[in-house]
Amino acid sequence: MPANCLTPKMALKQIKNVNGTCVVIAGDDIDTDRIIPARYMKCVTFDGLGEYLFHDVRFNENGLPKAHPLNDEIYKGATILIGGRNFGCGSSREHAPQAVFRYGFRAIIAESFAEIFFGNATTLGIPCVTATRSDLNSIRERVPGHPKQEMKIDLALQTATFGDEVFQVSLPASARDALLNGRWDAIGELLEAGDLVAQKAAALLYF
Amino acid sequence: MGKTLFQKVWDAHAIRDLQNGQTQLLIGTHLIHEVTSPQAFAMIRELNLKVPYPHRTFATVDHIVPTDQRTEPFADPLADAMIKELRKNCDDFGIRYFDIPSGKQGIVHVVGPEQGITQPGTTIACGDSHTSTHGAFGAIAFGIGTSQVRDVLATQTMAIGRLKVRRIDVKGHLKPGTYAKDVILHIIRKLGVNGGNGYAYEYGGDVFDRFSMEERMTVCNMSIEGGARAGYVNPDETTYAYLKGRPYSPTGSDWDAAIDRWSSFASDPDALYDDIVSFSAGDIEPTVTWGINPGQAIFISETLPEPDDADPDERDSLLEAYEHMKLEPGRPINGTPIQVAFLGSCTNGRLSDFQEVARFIQGRHVAAGVKAIAVPGSQIVGAQCKHLGIDRVFSDAGFEWRDAGCSMCLAMNPDKLLGDQLCASSSNRNFKGRQGSPTGRTILMSPLMVAAAAIAGQVTDARKLFNT
Repeated sequence: MPANCLTPKMALKQIKNVNGTCVVIAGDDIDTDRIIPARYMKCVTFDGLGEYLFHDVRFNENGLPKAHPLNDEIYKGATILIGGRNFGCGSSREHAPQAVFRYGFRAIIAESFAEIFFGNATTLGIPCVTATRSDLNSIRERVPGHPKQEMKIDLALQTATFGDEVFQVSLPASARDALLNGRWDAIGELLEAGDLVAQKAAALLYF
Repeated sequence: MGKTLFQKVWDAHAIRDLQNGQTQLLIGTHLIHEVTSPQAFAMIRELNLKVPYPHRTFATVDHIVPTDQRTEPFADPLADAMIKELRKNCDDFGIRYFDIPSGKQGIVHVVGPEQGITQPGTTIACGDSHTSTHGAFGAIAFGIGTSQVRDVLATQTMAIGRLKVRRIDVKGHLKPGTYAKDVILHIIRKLGVNGGNGYAYEYGGDVFDRFSMEERMTVCNMSIEGGARAGYVNPDETTYAYLKGRPYSPTGSDWDAAIDRWSSFASDPDALYDDIVSFSAGDIEPTVTWGINPGQAIFISETLPEPDDADPDERDSLLEAYEHMKLEPGRPINGTPIQVAFLGSCTNGRLSDFQEVARFIQGRHVAAGVKAIAVPGSQIVGAQCKHLGIDRVFSDAGFEWRDAGCSMCLAMNPDKLLGDQLCASSSNRNFKGRQGSPTGRTILMSPLMVAAAAIAGQVTDARKLFNT
């Protein structure tokens, strides 16, 4: 069986910092149906998903924009999304972090993340860092008054700096290592173990 | 010190440690469907990769299939493109596909078990969060994203960090009219929608010992609703009896060897758990959700919670839920009018679900103004129901009897709520907009409670309506 091999275009960039303006998505337990309603998953590519990000809370049934921070011109160009607790719960759809990324976000700060969403986002190179609830509340209070103020996330130091304020953020060591060293998409490393996998798979007593 | 099933299955499938500390885990069984696989195949083609173990992947089509008019091309061109794409991908890469004409199509989490593909001591992955269902057989089953579907197709492995294990015991006896669905809704209510983050849930205790495989699947299915990426029950005689004679189950001398092997994966009596939680079955009553996540649930006899009494961190969520659900704190959920009743899904769309409801609805009729649909989880479940005359019981009672698919659980097909309709649903998620209308409302409950709501036209205690 010919082994799969890596193509050169798989080289990944090291993600050490994300700097950008913020937008606050209020609420806890923001589920992936909210992030991208299921009807927009009727597609065979991820292209264009960005425009449907949070669609049903951004637009009414006639397609007209509702009051929502993503419809507010002042937050246009924001690249850091501020969420709450258990962000991205529910469905495993990668369409959700794909929509987040294609809309233009490059990092998420939240109190906690649902596990599958976290893994999917990391694989796309979107750092998902956590902050304490009280720090998040401070960030939420500050952003509307300073919509053009850049947040500077440093993944090595695990800090998020907003103006003169430095917040401690964190992400699991495995994700931090993967992002800092350009290994956030595991496919290259997984492919290297083809022979080991073949041996182990041959020994499996099913299928 | 003994090991848990999770540890044993993990150790048997671990290939190596990755540089970031995660494990490269061999996935023995890969299930795919039309929604989360097309982009994975596109990436495989783009990267010029092969699928080296095509016999370890099984496909079916479930999310986008209409459940009434199934002649192709489908009326929805997007749905039609998706089923064609899956067909082409399976053809191109030599993957077994339970397509509609096979008579074996259905929701992937119903098809895997009924074909005997889901087996104890295996690792299973599928681009669908309800893959936790397969843990009912003592498999370690993970919902994954599309990039990981690509990884499994190309390498038969994925990168994943080891989970902790929480043992959840349910002891005693469930009261009449209380079901597996009530057990898992109660667990999620008590442990929270993110309480299982970082854990696999091991369900046990005498309630699970007595549960059928279909009841175990209902509970494992919703593990992810409690934040646990995987949930499982140790394999036992019930498991083996279910698997015997299924198309992909071992046969002959392989069968005896398989039982020995499967049994060896069960958690040791002295296994060490990261956490242990215990519930008394007798405390559990028929449970319904009232809000916009599966943890916002109450017993049918309870009144709706007061936001002012809630944990301050929960208060905003409760207010948001009340605004969406158009319900009022302090009032009973019992008596809330419904417009739609949905019986089906990977949680509760199996033969025993329809059999149990059929016992009670004979001679009754769905209330005027309620649209009630019954959707078998697979074509085989549908055929079994027809064979037993169960489809007629439902039709006579005023339910629309449909063909197999995900249907109104997530409305990627023509079955959708309209406007702010309120649906009594046997499915697994009550998120805003989940059932297809942004303002639609969902109340999750057991199949018998759905039937009771359909007949009464309102959320009602099935035990009283049916004298269970």
